[in-house]
Amino acid sequence: MSATDYDAGKFYDGLVKHRLILPTGVAGAFGRGPVFEDVLERFNRLVDQLAVDDKAEAVTYPPIINREILEQVEYLDSFPQLAGVVHSFMGKELKARELSARVKAGEPWGEFFEQTAVALTPAACYPVYPTLRGTLPSGGRTVSLTSWVFRHEPSPEPTRMQAFRCRELIRVGSTDDVVKWRDTWLQRGVDLLTALGLPAKSDVASDPFFGRGGRMMAVNQIDQKLKFEVLVPVISVDNPTAVCSFNFHQDKFAAKYDIKTADGEMANTACLGFGLERCVMALFQTHGFDPGLWPREVRSRLWP
Amino acid sequence: MNPQHKEQIRAVLKEHARLTKDIATLTDDADLYQAGMTSHASVNVMLGLEGAFEIEFPDHMLKRSVFESVQAIATAIAELTKG
Repeated sequence: MSATDYDAGKFYDGLVKHRLILPTGVAGAFGRGPVFEDVLERFNRLVDQLAVDDKAEAVTYPPIINREILEQVEYLDSFPQLAGVVHSFMGKELKARELSARVKAGEPWGEFFEQTAVALTPAACYPVYPTLRGTLPSGGRTVSLTSWVFRHEPSPEPTRMQAFRCRELIRVGSTDDVVKWRDTWLQRGVDLLTALGLPAKSDVASDPFFGRGGRMMAVNQIDQKLKFEVLVPVISVDNPTAVCSFNFHQDKFAAKYDIKTADGEMANTACLGFGLERCVMALFQTHGFDPGLWPREVRSRLWP
Repeated sequence: MNPQHKEQIRAVLKEHARLTKDIATLTDDADLYQAGMTSHASVNVMLGLEGAFEIEFPDHMLKRSVFESVQAIATAIAELTKG
């Protein structure tokens, strides 16, 4: 039985009432309660099991990224509206007193802060590509990580968060390998969600590129079938929510970071990401706010 | 087709397309993406053409095929500037 009739406001209120999410006063920046976290970790473990044969190298990065990477991958051309760049106070004591006075007077104080070397990580996979520079072993490489990512799109709608966790796998190798891997995982994603009782469907998709030029980028992306998403109804039946995405980058990152296959060709890359909070919210919406009452076949997978 | 248009189009491409080859060596039918134009560069070409020809591409023209060659661009511009 669904938790609400796919109404964003009712679903948010229900998540709060059941202490699954903990409001902080900022849209899209709520905390997560223990039951929510338990389901999230268990879901991520199911992805681990699916990935066993990938023999991926598991790495971890902090939720900040070298700002130069954003510059190199043209993130600020594609998504300037989503970026979060870290600024810090670098002045002397007199300036600090001016800052304090501004804050106490309730006046703007952003100008006292200067740009640092880091930004908030906008996509979990970005820190990985520069580390792959050089010639790959035959068969390529696969990397796995879970990371917090930031997108500046505050919204009262619970599935649109400013910060969330993405479980990603990155594949780098020949074109054929990479495309085949992406297609295999697209099916695995649909199968995993279906096995958890979620009405999952895949579809070709595009990224939210900025501006009119961005519309052109999005159309190109769809024409070339570079991005697929798996969608599950969470806050709307007519417009289901993307809970995972599967992206073929062609040689965009490989050319930027000079990544070659074992036989000397320019490599290709692909990544896939499960939006972990969205997957968990899809479970709560579909099966109800109390996991103790979820269907037995769903519980047996998450609590084996 | 106004023959000056193609010269203007080539000037915009020279400035914005970041081709790996000299635009002067390419025929009107040559594939600009094959010649090194990236998606980001094609956006700059689109905005450059709008400035040069004082036009605005409608949404249905904001796609890869419209900007794939000098000829394709000239056809689109002819459609937008006729009448």
